[in-house]
Amino acid sequence: MIKKLTSVIEWSTLLFSTGIVCLFLIIILWDLISKGAPSLSWEFVSTLPREGMTKGGILPAIIGTVLLTMITALVAVPFGISCAIYLNEYASDNWLTRLIRACIRNLAGVPSIIYGLFGLALFVQGLQMGTSLMSAGFTLGLLSLPYIIITTEEALRRIPASTREAALAVGATQFESIIDVVLPSALPGILTGVVLTLSRAAGETAPILFTGVAFYINNPSGFLNQEFMSLPYHLYMLSTQHQAIEEVRPLAYGTALVLIIVVFLLNLTAFYIRYKHSKNE
Amino acid sequence: MNKDDIKLSASSVNLWFGKKQVLKDINISFPKNQITALIGPSGCGKSTLLRCFNRMHDLSPDARIEGEFLLEQRDLYERGLSVTEVRSRIGMVFQKANPFPKSIYENINYGLKINDVPKEKRQDIIENALKESYIWEEVKDEMQKPATRLSGGQQQRLCIARAVSLRPEVILMDEPCSALDPLSTLKIEELIVKLKKDYTIIIVTHNMQQAQRVADKTVFMYLGEIIEEGDTNTLFSDPKNDLTANYVKGHFG
Amino acid sequence: MKLRARERIDNSVKLLVKTTGFLVIAILGGIFFMLLWNTAAFFLKIKPMDFMTGTQWNPSGDPATYGILPLLVSTCLVTLGAMVIAIPLGIGTASFLSEYAGKRLKNILKPIIEMLAAVPSVAIGFLGIVILGPGIAQITGQPNGLNALNGAILLAVMALPTIITVAEDALHGVPHMYKEASYAVGASKWKTLIYVTIPAAAPGILAAVMLGVGRAIGETMTVLMATGNASAFPKGFFHSVRTITATIAIEMGEVPYQTTHYYSLFAIAAVLFLITLAVNLLGEHYVNKFRKFHSA
Repeated sequence: MIKKLTSVIEWSTLLFSTGIVCLFLIIILWDLISKGAPSLSWEFVSTLPREGMTKGGILPAIIGTVLLTMITALVAVPFGISCAIYLNEYASDNWLTRLIRACIRNLAGVPSIIYGLFGLALFVQGLQMGTSLMSAGFTLGLLSLPYIIITTEEALRRIPASTREAALAVGATQFESIIDVVLPSALPGILTGVVLTLSRAAGETAPILFTGVAFYINNPSGFLNQEFMSLPYHLYMLSTQHQAIEEVRPLAYGTALVLIIVVFLLNLTAFYIRYKHSKNE
Repeated sequence: MNKDDIKLSASSVNLWFGKKQVLKDINISFPKNQITALIGPSGCGKSTLLRCFNRMHDLSPDARIEGEFLLEQRDLYERGLSVTEVRSRIGMVFQKANPFPKSIYENINYGLKINDVPKEKRQDIIENALKESYIWEEVKDEMQKPATRLSGGQQQRLCIARAVSLRPEVILMDEPCSALDPLSTLKIEELIVKLKKDYTIIIVTHNMQQAQRVADKTVFMYLGEIIEEGDTNTLFSDPKNDLTANYVKGHFG
Repeated sequence: MKLRARERIDNSVKLLVKTTGFLVIAILGGIFFMLLWNTAAFFLKIKPMDFMTGTQWNPSGDPATYGILPLLVSTCLVTLGAMVIAIPLGIGTASFLSEYAGKRLKNILKPIIEMLAAVPSVAIGFLGIVILGPGIAQITGQPNGLNALNGAILLAVMALPTIITVAEDALHGVPHMYKEASYAVGASKWKTLIYVTIPAAAPGILAAVMLGVGRAIGETMTVLMATGNASAFPKGFFHSVRTITATIAIEMGEVPYQTTHYYSLFAIAAVLFLITLAVNLLGEHYVNKFRKFHSA
């Protein structure tokens, strides 16, 4: 009896910690949805901010985040996939390859604010791109790169050697075997990694602080060489820097909800690709 | 053996993976339009030797190969000879059927496409290759179906069709039946025997009955060396070497 | 296409992808060089000793002081607090997932943890302001709850998914025969977990903790929003603190380029970089140790 009781207690300790972790997510979602939903309207996502940000919508921030994420993808995806192909398909196991891998793992651990500094030094000042959508996109691209490489390499590693050999044996060059057979087979895995990485990039704030994000711009269309608004930064400013913080709280909640919807939609897309792929196998 | 009858040969071949020597002083020749079986316990180097002939080791950076490989009079590792050309002249069928994750049609069309076969000729070649591999009747109505949906035996015959569609001179087979049930195995063996009038075939096998059923010549390898080679019947009924005798009687392996 | 052309393409592609491989080294090298260069410029004006031991960070004061200690202590304090919360919760959850949860429960819990990992840091910081802050304020009677404790709790939430995922992998990787041997001598599931599975997975769990620490130390937005950012020397969990990351985020937007103040922010970033590098290398060391141990 006592033995049974202790085992129940022991078991509930673990269940308790798991419960708390789940509770965190529930609180986050519950609070954002219940208080953010009233602010959501078609007007909120389709109009410009008005009256010193106290009224109106967040359209420029949505457009900014979308464009920023696209630039991030344009930089990180080709570059990352290419690097992963080199590591998994071409490179032999020598000190140089090990160095490259060590660099990638360490890049993944570099704090995002340091990427911000690097973007400031390299793109904004060094390459004279100024604080702009492009500088910020390139900075986020660098930040996303290690994750794209790591997930792509994992997807490539799962393709058996016999698949490559099948193409080589009919006279394909190595490049042809990669582009015609290996990449199409690894595509679902690569896509999952890319989408998850982009969802993370879309929510990043620190790297764009000094590379181009602005609190307010008065036209919704983004230009590559201009400053831009973005959802996470908008949320940061509304919740900490605005002169009428209490008054704009509903707007902040609305922005937070839109941001989290964007991020979760990207995540769900990734889960869906992964789920469909695992069913096909 | 008359020199003209030799299709493929290897002389003084040594091969290392890193520091480990896998093939030791191999000298061997394969007669034209005949089936040669490579037998021996696992790890004896028979697959490794087979893969030397279409330069499949080119991609493993830690493999080091010495010696000479000749296709008729042509050195397979000669500078300036392209590896893709070697591979389109020496086809290969693998241990586990490895169709491309594409349609049945595309599986054969792909090799033709990259080897620059004109479009208008491809349809006939594909049909012929499938007929030659005795799979045409089973797939002719569903050429657009993904090849991965076929059964294991069908997949392997499709892979053979893929190899023969390129009209290679030699076909290397690396334990092509090891993943198949007895019935599919029998079908493939029949196919292999029929293919020999057009191709020189080298088959690696674990299965001694299979070697006896299909091969004209058999080579026994052990720990990276060729212990004995000869006419299949002689090698099995009257082995010269004790190791060979023990192996073919099933005492180890 | 002719064979020669195809092979030429093949070779150029090989060269191209190889170049991208080297560019990765160049990026890390570039970050390193940028920090080094600007830190050197800073040390031309401020003595390294004053920087490392100074207890006051007041670049706009007269005279300006650049002591990193308050920032460093703030960072460590918040990270420590986060780990005190996240490590037991993380290991507990990882154990539950790996040893107790059935397949169906796992299929529900894993996406929950992935979703938690996906919540942007700025959203977590926002909740620190609107939920956690007022809560802490009510309990402590302070005007607002923006302090080290608030930041620590939020960072724990952010570090948890990493810790859980890596620790669960480690627990899962412990060979079955260890557990069976323990069951065979009559040990309960719990005893097996505490005395066999967790010790066997210890290097992997340490790696999980290190990755969590790395995540917490480098996090910017949550601490920027939730800790109050008072630049005085930190006095404890119930006081406002200002971490290295928050200091960079606040001040870099306002300083003129190429001033001592500007360089000083690179100098503290360099310290942050070195710390996260060390933490990540340590984590990697434990991962390798775990792998070697169990593959042997």
